[in-house]
Amino acid sequence: MFKILKKEELNPTVTKMVVDAPLIAKKAEPGQFIIFRAKEDSERIPLTVADYDRQSGTITIIFQIVGYGTMELNTLNEGDCIHDLVGPLGRASEIDGLKKVAVIGGGVGCAIAYPVAKKLHENGCEVHSVVGFRSKDLVILEKEFNSVSDKVCMMTDDGSYGEKGLVTAALEKLIKEGNQYDEVIAIGPLVMMKFVCKLTKQYNIKTIVSMNPIMIDGTGMCGGCRITVGGETKFACVDGPDFDGHQVDFDEAMQRGSIYKEFEQRAREKGCSLLKKEVM
Amino acid sequence: MPERNMDPKKCPMPSQEPNVRNKNFKEVALGYTYEMAVNEAKRCLACPKKPCSSGCPVGIDIPAFISRVAEDDMEGAFKILSASSALPAVCGRVCPQETQCEGKCVRGIKGESVGIGRLERFVADWHREHSDEKPEMPEQNGHKVAIIGAGPSGLTAAGDLAKLGYSVTVYEALHLAGGVLVYGIPEFRLPKSIVQQEIDNLKAMGVKIETNMVIGKILTVDELFEMGFEAVYIASGAGLPRFMGIPGESLKGVYSANEYLTRVNLMKAYKEDSKTPIKKSRNVAVVGGGNVAMDAARSAKRLGAENVYIVYRRGMQELPARAEEVEHAQEEGIIFRTLTNPVEVLGDENGMVRGMKCVEMELGEPDESGRRRPIVKQGSEFELEIDTMIMSIGTSPNPLIRQTTPGLDTNRHGCIITNGDDGLTTREGVYAGGDAVTGAATVILAMGAGKQAAKAIDKYVRSKK
Repeated sequence: MFKILKKEELNPTVTKMVVDAPLIAKKAEPGQFIIFRAKEDSERIPLTVADYDRQSGTITIIFQIVGYGTMELNTLNEGDCIHDLVGPLGRASEIDGLKKVAVIGGGVGCAIAYPVAKKLHENGCEVHSVVGFRSKDLVILEKEFNSVSDKVCMMTDDGSYGEKGLVTAALEKLIKEGNQYDEVIAIGPLVMMKFVCKLTKQYNIKTIVSMNPIMIDGTGMCGGCRITVGGETKFACVDGPDFDGHQVDFDEAMQRGSIYKEFEQRAREKGCSLLKKEVM
Repeated sequence: MPERNMDPKKCPMPSQEPNVRNKNFKEVALGYTYEMAVNEAKRCLACPKKPCSSGCPVGIDIPAFISRVAEDDMEGAFKILSASSALPAVCGRVCPQETQCEGKCVRGIKGESVGIGRLERFVADWHREHSDEKPEMPEQNGHKVAIIGAGPSGLTAAGDLAKLGYSVTVYEALHLAGGVLVYGIPEFRLPKSIVQQEIDNLKAMGVKIETNMVIGKILTVDELFEMGFEAVYIASGAGLPRFMGIPGESLKGVYSANEYLTRVNLMKAYKEDSKTPIKKSRNVAVVGGGNVAMDAARSAKRLGAENVYIVYRRGMQELPARAEEVEHAQEEGIIFRTLTNPVEVLGDENGMVRGMKCVEMELGEPDESGRRRPIVKQGSEFELEIDTMIMSIGTSPNPLIRQTTPGLDTNRHGCIITNGDDGLTTREGVYAGGDAVTGAATVILAMGAGKQAAKAIDKYVRSKK
């Protein structure tokens, strides 16, 4: 059982929790993930570790309420316990030796991009962060990105905050201004990562993406998280979640991600009424 | 001495009717009644050489326990069983007895062997239902051993070491102990309440089980030694599912057997109120011919599929699954498409599986495995209409422990190398067994390895002064 020490609503659909998990906090590195089960009969759901504090023995998770499992997690409050938490899983992001990097975060993907930017910054790397959201009220982690970046480009789809436009437009502008990046690290919706990769391929800049496919065990047993990278089958849980974005088959990944859409939709509708009752 | 029963046939196992059971997840075999058990036990000739025991990977004194059954002494029979096996209720259900104990039974020469597995199951079930006696915590010897993986191999080693007085901690990656017994083997073949009871018995003996602990990630083998463990037994099981490498394997509706069975068993997707989704299928092809393939096919049938095919590239004779599993599958309406091999999975415009392109095979000369090599029949290509494909063609070992344990050698397949019977690896104090060493094999072989390793670990720790 893992106690929730702090819970904070970052925007109406995104929640941050600080959880007591000393063993995981001791080992976690940026890019790695955990799998949680909110309650005894809940689904196993992977979430990237958004931050960790080795001293206090806590990890931070940030999640968007998308399905039943995240909804259930969101019914837990400070002082409650998460039933299961396993990690750190996956390989850590490889960021040693990088001197100048553009970190691209889209929506709740910023929660994963932030610890990477932070670690790069601590390593003395020049960090340009490009973060994109649909609108102003969905913006998260702005202060955090400001504190670890040499430059931050805030983008919104509707122009209600920062600049209007997509992250790719901002990244292209930075590249055209003459910024030479050792690497671009893009974390966000699959479609965003796909188009970032399309852009960086033109400029021949190595690009790393973080994949978040459907997963059950997260330890290399079920094979549900397989994706095609450079024509080969890879397992996001043990081979990733970071991959060379220019090699990833995004269209396939998007299609695979939709297999349980209807089930999720039904579960969400059922869950909404059920969980609302519980909250009241 | 009770009178012998010279019936050449063993007492049949009462079972649910095939057309009833293929729609539910309740246990297929119902178990002997008391009278059946006593009667069957009287078929044993109590051969002094005990060929049956020599065929048992955990060395149960089989004639001794059977004679207790014949004498109406079920508790005595249970004591003999549990002296050698940590999981008798499990073994009685899932062991391939026909190639082990029963395969060596003298009664099997002219008729059918004694139903050793069925008797083992009866005794274990009888004990569970009639005895409140919990195993006692043995006197502690002050030494600590860590076990990685709470599957059949790890639990067996844990039980044996606990009996010897060791303080044993088992680290399990999943949220539930049991390994393949809970995520792989379906409820209808092995009820999970039975597994839980066997695990509770180990806990009563003082075995600590820590779930949600992926060794190689949260702790390394070296850190376990730093924590004061004097020996480590790696029983982490088989690993990543294999795929065939044919076009279309990433389509929606293609599962590995591991994923399919984990959703059904561990995550209980067969229950109406389960929060874990699984595809509602009409036509399912399970590729492969082992026990896991049979489990996947029979699960798919129970989840409501109309047509479930076993697609296997060799013939019926070559199926690696136990004969009993194949028979049960046939009775339940599973369709065997042997001498058939898929070459492509076909998808519709939404990326869902709609069919499978196959070729027919014929058997040529024996290959290095001794089995006749399947060869493609020219011009035999055909399409099979399916919406779900379940790949059950084996696994390759999990990389997490070998990547983080310096000095632990593995072979070219990634299986941990041991010096043979006692499971010692290339690292002092580190032992390994089960599928992590052999690649995918059976529950009882994994248990046998756990037993050997427990013995070797005890010897090693005692020799260290």
